[in-house]
Amino acid sequence: MLAKRILPCLDVRAGRVVKGVNFVDLKDAGDPVELAKVYNEAGADELVFLDITASHENRDTIIDVVYRTAEQVFIPLTVGGGIQTLENVKNLLRAGADKVSINSAAVRNPDLIDRASERFGNQCIVVAIDARRRTNSEHPGWDVYVKGGRENTGLDALEWAKEVEKRGAGELLVTSMDADGTQAGYDLELTRAISDAVQIPVVASGGAGNCQHIHAALTDGKAEAALLASLLHYGQLSVAEIKTYLQKHKVPVRITD
Amino acid sequence: MAVIAIVDYEMGNLHSVCKGLEKAGAIPKITDYSKDLERADAVVLPGVGAFDPAMRNLRNRGLEGPIKSVIASGKPFLGICLGLQILFESSEEGIERGLGIIPGKVKRFQPEAGITIPHMGWNQLEITQQKSTLWEHLPSRPWVYFVHSFYVDPIDPKISAANITHGNQTVTAAIAKDNLMAVQFHPEKSSNIGLQILSNFVSQVREKVMV
Repeated sequence: MLAKRILPCLDVRAGRVVKGVNFVDLKDAGDPVELAKVYNEAGADELVFLDITASHENRDTIIDVVYRTAEQVFIPLTVGGGIQTLENVKNLLRAGADKVSINSAAVRNPDLIDRASERFGNQCIVVAIDARRRTNSEHPGWDVYVKGGRENTGLDALEWAKEVEKRGAGELLVTSMDADGTQAGYDLELTRAISDAVQIPVVASGGAGNCQHIHAALTDGKAEAALLASLLHYGQLSVAEIKTYLQKHKVPVRITD
Repeated sequence: MAVIAIVDYEMGNLHSVCKGLEKAGAIPKITDYSKDLERADAVVLPGVGAFDPAMRNLRNRGLEGPIKSVIASGKPFLGICLGLQILFESSEEGIERGLGIIPGKVKRFQPEAGITIPHMGWNQLEITQQKSTLWEHLPSRPWVYFVHSFYVDPIDPKISAANITHGNQTVTAAIAKDNLMAVQFHPEKSSNIGLQILSNFVSQVREKVMV
């Protein structure tokens, strides 16, 4: 039986992990490769690097980080942030990324999804959807936002999810902008609505504050995986604690020795 | 040390496979040159992506014949993911003929409630060939990483070395027969278990080299 996945997400800027990671006995908490190793040992199922470097000249830095990580850490690696062209996708995959996550560029140029999945396979194309609940009660649902949540595209999240699946996305990374950062729980309606609308796996992101929240996202929310950042980085919860909890509550997870 | 040729036909990232084999104690050599396949002590055929482009790329590089002769020669051979599927006769994913080394077809997972397609993530192998060297030093139901929407369906069930179950569908996850081994999952992405499987393959290559 396929296990539900726990995915630590690291924000990387100019080759260093930012937003701080609070692990004791780690020589360099800013080195993505060191952290990738720690999370691999801790039983993380995949890793996500989010390259928050805006500038073009720093593209090579993230490629180098991916290259060095893939040399030493043998679990799947997804890279997101600023991917705009087929060439960007190719370079990241060649450096050792298993998947790339496309966000704003997919909205601006949906053909990129078709072309990237045709060329490199659906399995490596993740589309990230940042969604916020509409306030209009006559027209309930979620809008898709881009540019780090600053711009409402006017697209409906469910329609967009179905469209990108048709265009060849292999996975969706769904972030609730309402829940993100609150630690008050995922927007379960959102992840469930999207999971029901597509056949491809949905990764839930935004709002996790405890094991119960993660459990709810993977059961009621129908997500295949949960993306976690600060909760793990600051040691509020460990991957092992989460998995032990999930296992106890009958959610299939991969337990490592 | 054993030299292992990794076939480069532009189907996916070879970097991790290469590093994984290095870690397992082999000297990997990424190549699309048929003489390199002849000279190597073993051959690994990796691959992600779609069936038809994979077959076309192999044929365009003149590698179909050399791969068949390598396997016929008794040299250890390991296919990974698409490198397993193209050993078969044909696939529901495309129209190209496969290498046809193993009788059988590649089929698509059937949609069912509660499962996602692709079958993406970690699943537990149900070992069917207990004695295969691939599975040495592993726990009884090892976790490995999969990403695929299609699976192989060999005509001869005895060739299957392990199965997996996705929803209500139990399918072949690995095959093994003499020098020919191939796996649907990604050992190079399956953490310590995957590295052990690569080591097991490399040990087998070393034994052959010693003889």
